[in-house]
Amino acid sequence: MNLPQPSPPSRGPSFYEATARQRVNRLLDAQSFTEFLPPQGAHSSPHLALLGLPGALDDGVVIGSGTLGGKPVLIIAQEGQFLGGAVGEMHGAKIVGLLQRAVRDKPLAVLFLVDSGGVRLHEANAGLIALSEIMRAVLDTRAAGIPVFALIGGVCGAFGGMGIVSRLCSAILMSEQGRLALSGPEVIETVAGVEEFDSRDRALVWRVTGGKHRYLMGDCLALVEDDVEDFRQTTLALLAHWEETAPELHTLRAEQERLSQRCTQFCGLRDGLEVWAALGVPNPQQIPLLERDALVTLRQGLSL
Amino acid sequence: MTLFPLLDTLFPAGHEATVTQQVVTGTALTASGPVALLGTVDAAAISHAIALRLAGQVLHLVEHHPGRPLVLLVDTQGQALSRAQELLCLNGSLAHLARCIDLARRRGHVSLSLITGEAVSGGFLSFGLMADRVYALQSAQVRVMDLKAMARVTKIPHERLVALAASSPTFAPGAENYHRMGAIEALWDTPSSELLEQALAQLRTEPSAGDSRLQQGRMRGGRQEAAAIVAAVLTA
Repeated sequence: MNLPQPSPPSRGPSFYEATARQRVNRLLDAQSFTEFLPPQGAHSSPHLALLGLPGALDDGVVIGSGTLGGKPVLIIAQEGQFLGGAVGEMHGAKIVGLLQRAVRDKPLAVLFLVDSGGVRLHEANAGLIALSEIMRAVLDTRAAGIPVFALIGGVCGAFGGMGIVSRLCSAILMSEQGRLALSGPEVIETVAGVEEFDSRDRALVWRVTGGKHRYLMGDCLALVEDDVEDFRQTTLALLAHWEETAPELHTLRAEQERLSQRCTQFCGLRDGLEVWAALGVPNPQQIPLLERDALVTLRQGLSL
Repeated sequence: MTLFPLLDTLFPAGHEATVTQQVVTGTALTASGPVALLGTVDAAAISHAIALRLAGQVLHLVEHHPGRPLVLLVDTQGQALSRAQELLCLNGSLAHLARCIDLARRRGHVSLSLITGEAVSGGFLSFGLMADRVYALQSAQVRVMDLKAMARVTKIPHERLVALAASSPTFAPGAENYHRMGAIEALWDTPSSELLEQALAQLRTEPSAGDSRLQQGRMRGGRQEAAAIVAAVLTA
């Protein structure tokens, strides 16, 4: 006889598939979001217009304030579906302004929903300078005692300068679908050849840049389901006990030691499978198939 | 100009610098005391190894020479492009380097960068652009991507980009564009110890001025939107 099958766990809306505005509205307390510089009354990038390209009135990023569990937060959400969430002059300035506002207004935290390939090439210089300003502004915000959390799980991941910015944040929360790296696989393939990095090998790309790999290596703090509600609950849980500490020599010394040691330990490896084996994972080839909870349990058993 | 003749010109009172696998480290004397030298040569591709060596030097400086100014010598083609580098989260090591320079600033070390060769993308972001002020030799090449590659990726004809670059500093390579947009303080036609001493003296008089690139970019007419948007967000 057939036993009744347990129903699959109920899932909320996918973070990966949602737009920036949907993510913001579902992540924050209901009806609490107020957008700064909303599309009404805004103008789109003059630089894109000069190149004959259609712009967006929000320039691909949504910023504003709201509450999370009743506490005030500021929020940034990049729109990966507009020019790859890439950073141009206006896009970058909105983020810098939001971070400066955080230093002034002292919210509980800044939530940075990263979904970006990095510099917007159509505004390359403006984008690079803006990324540098965002880096400094994130560090200023943290130095003012306000944590900045990077939430990564969108279509474009966090690449280029946005990969650096993400690692400057207080913590990274990432879904399995999220990707975090510096150069995109396509760039490496173009410059170094398909043997170096086959950007169409989706499984390989995830084994090198994806959420599970970054979590196993300690490059993101939390691995969450591809579900806006899980991003919300994990953020709430982390913030409940978070103490943002000032930058200190001894913490950077410890990070220097961690990074140096791991470069020695994993030198020359080229696939997540090899790194996971070296970490002591019993069946590395099973990692891509594991559910989130099982992977978290597995990592807790590793001596990292 | 190659590194050592340049250092002789900038620091006639003396300098002690060594280059090991593309990383420059050392100390130089100025009228106002010793400065730390740190940087890369031969358009280094910034890897984990290079980023961590640079970061280690900055931490050593903060620990053992409190307050000593930092002169960053920038010559990078960008980040190292390889799968093995990305596997170990290259953006993480570059972020660590940026945090170390930021720590030095917060501990009272003024810093200036001098672009001696190339300054490109991630390698520039995590190092040269983290200094209080950036200067460039006239011959410096500053870019994200050259216009031909940009044309390929954006699918905008190369001739069109070249024509537009004449009037807009926003996307085309060139140190002058970065000056107009506020990220480079000045281009040095003929480098000299006087220029360097002046730059250091200026930094010492305004040590906590913060990030003024938005305002500079607006004053010089190269970035018309950004400062107004930041102001609008602060009053929204």
